[in-house]
Amino acid sequence: MTSDQAGRQVAPVPAATAPATTTPATAAVIAGTRHAPRLGTRTLSALGVVVLIAVIAVFPLVFTNPTVTNFGVITLIFVAVASAWNIFSGFSGYLSLGHAVFYGTGAYFLVVAAKDWNLNGSDVFWLLPLAGAVAALIAVPLGLVALRVRRHTFVVITIALFFIAQLSASNLTVTGGSSGVLAPIPNWAAATFNNPFYYLAMLLAVAAVALSVIIRRSRFGLQLRAIRDDEDRAAGLGVRAMPVKLSALVLSAFITGMAGGLWVYFIGQAVPQFVFDPLFDLAVVLMVFFGGLGTIAGPVLGALILEPTQLYLNLVESNSYESEILFGALFLVVILFLPRGVLPTAGEWLTPGRVSRLRSDWLARRARRTANPPVPPPEGNPS
Amino acid sequence: MASEIAQAIAAGILGGGVYALMAAGLTLVFGVLDIINVAQGIFVVLGAYLSYVLSVHLHLDLLLGLFITVPAMFVIGVVIYWLFIRPLRGAERTSMTLLACFAVALIIEGVLYREFGSNYVSLNAWYTTASVHVFDFYLADIYLIGFGLAVVAIGALYLILYRTTFGRAVRATMQNQVAARLIGIDVNRVSALTFGIGTAVTAIGGMVYGAISGGFTPNSGYDLISRLLAIVILAGMGSIGGALVAAVFMTTAEALVDIWQPDWAVVVFYLAMVIILTFRPAGLFGRQAVRAQ
Repeated sequence: MTSDQAGRQVAPVPAATAPATTTPATAAVIAGTRHAPRLGTRTLSALGVVVLIAVIAVFPLVFTNPTVTNFGVITLIFVAVASAWNIFSGFSGYLSLGHAVFYGTGAYFLVVAAKDWNLNGSDVFWLLPLAGAVAALIAVPLGLVALRVRRHTFVVITIALFFIAQLSASNLTVTGGSSGVLAPIPNWAAATFNNPFYYLAMLLAVAAVALSVIIRRSRFGLQLRAIRDDEDRAAGLGVRAMPVKLSALVLSAFITGMAGGLWVYFIGQAVPQFVFDPLFDLAVVLMVFFGGLGTIAGPVLGALILEPTQLYLNLVESNSYESEILFGALFLVVILFLPRGVLPTAGEWLTPGRVSRLRSDWLARRARRTANPPVPPPEGNPS
Repeated sequence: MASEIAQAIAAGILGGGVYALMAAGLTLVFGVLDIINVAQGIFVVLGAYLSYVLSVHLHLDLLLGLFITVPAMFVIGVVIYWLFIRPLRGAERTSMTLLACFAVALIIEGVLYREFGSNYVSLNAWYTTASVHVFDFYLADIYLIGFGLAVVAIGALYLILYRTTFGRAVRATMQNQVAARLIGIDVNRVSALTFGIGTAVTAIGGMVYGAISGGFTPNSGYDLISRLLAIVILAGMGSIGGALVAAVFMTTAEALVDIWQPDWAVVVFYLAMVIILTFRPAGLFGRQAVRAQ
C-alpha cells in the first residue's frame, strides 16, 4: 500500500505532461481509488456470506425443536423463491404476480409423478430437478403470451394466468380435484425428520442466490436491467428483448418449480387453494420489496425477516384474519415509507460518506476517460 | 335446449350489465390515475356487506339502502386514495400503487372476516326470490332490477363525464395529465373524486352481486377482481365503452358454456382474454398502443 501512497503523490505530474497516455502510476492511482474500497467491501461481504451460510447450516443442529426447524425449512424455501422472483421481476422490471403458477406446477408434478412412479423416501428428491424443468417448460408459452404486453397489463395477465392455473387444478382429474393429491410419506426418523428438507432447501436457496449474483454480473443481467430502465431504448441498442426476458422468466420458473416440489413433499399434500394461493405471490413480492427490489441481498433479507414473522403470527394468532390485517398493514408501511426497500434505504443512512465516495469514483473514471489528471481522492485508503 | 340457451343469453346480458358497471369504475380509475385498483373486487364485497348490515339490522330495503351505501363507498374511496395512493410518486409508481391497492384489499378482507366470519351470507328482499315468466323461461326479478340499476348508473356516469365541467376535467386528465395540470386543473382533486366515483359504483355492484350470487364471503373478492380485470384487459384499458361490451360478451359466453361444462365456465373468461391479447396486445378497444414502460 505504501507504493500506492507514493504513486498517488506523483501521479498528477506525468499524467499532466503526457495526457494521451496512461502511465503505470496513473493506472495504479485509478486502480487504487476504484478497486481498493470495492475489494474491502467484497471481502467483507464474502465473509458475511460464509458466516451466514455457516449459521444457517448449524442452525438445525442447535435448535432441534421441530417447530423451529419447520420455520427454517419454509423460510429457506422462500429465500429461494424470493431470489428467483427477483431474477425475473427485480432485474427486468416486469412485476409478476403469477409465480404461484410455477410453484404449483412444480408441486403438483412432484406429487403426481411420485404417485405414478411409486417413488418413496429420499428417491422423491430426484424428482426435484424434473419439477423445476416442468415449471420452466410451462413458463415458455406463458411468457410468450404475457411478455408481449408491459406494465399494468403484464401484471394483470399474470394474475389471470394464476387464476386459470388454480381453476385447472381444482377441476382436472390428474390433480385430484379439490381434494388434491397426497405426497408420499417420508420414511426417515421423526427426530431428524426436518433435516433433509432443511439442507435441500438451503442448497436451493444458495443456488438461487448464486445464480442471481452470476446473472447480475453478466452481460445477460445488464441486458435485463437495460430492459427495466427503458425497453425501447434497449431494443434500439441491440438487446433482443423477448429472448432475454423469456430466459429470465424460464430460469426463475425453474427454481420456483423446484422450491414448490420441495415444499409440497415437506407439507405432505397438494390441494388447489394452498398450492395456488394468491397470498403466496403477495408474500414473495413483499419480501423482495421489503429487502430491496433488484438487489442480491434484498430478497434474502426480506425472506429471512418476513417469513418467520408471518409463520409466528399464524402460530400465535388463532384467527387467520388478524395476521392478514397485520400483513396488509406491514405491506402499506413498506410501500409508503420504504419504497425502495430496507437495504438500500438503510445503506444510505448508515454510510453518509457514500455519496462523496461515489463522486470521487465517478471523477476518477471520468479522468481516465478524458485522460485528464485524476483528482486525488478526498478520503484515504484504509491500508 | 333452445330455451336453456335463450335463458343463458338473457341471464348473461342482464348479469353482464352489473359487471359492466363495476368494470367501468375500474377502467375509469385506470384512465385518470394510471393505476390498477385491484381492490375493486373487495370493494364490491364491502358494498355487499354494507347492504347486508343495513337490511338485517336496520331492516332497510336493499334499494333504499343504496342511498346510504353509495355515498359511504364514495367517501371510503376518497379516503383510501388520499391516504395510500396519493403519496406514491416516482418511477416505481405503477407497481407501487398496484401493491398498495392489494394491501388495502387484504386489510379490508381481514376486517370483514373479523366482523362477519367466513360463512356465506346473501341479500334478501321480496324481489330477490320472485321471477317473471318471459316466453318459455323464468327470469329472476333481481336480474332485471340489477340491469336497470346498472343502466341508470352507467348513464349517470356518462352524463357526469360528458355534460359537466368536472367531467371535462376528468377527460382532460385522462388524455394528458401534465397538460391538464398546466391549464389549471387540480389533478389531485380530480383523481380523488374519480377514485371515489370508481369506488361508489361498487356499492350498487355489491348490492346486486350479493343478491344474484346466492351467497358471498369476504373471500369472494378474488373471484370478482379476476373477472373484472379480465374484462378490462380484454376491452383495452381505459376504454369505458369497451368495458361495457366486453362485460356483456364475457358473462354471456360464460353462461352459455355453463350449460354444458359448469366447472370450466369461468375459464372462458380468461381464455378469451389470453387469445385476444395474443393477437391484439392493446385489447379490443384499446385507446392506444401500450405505453412505453
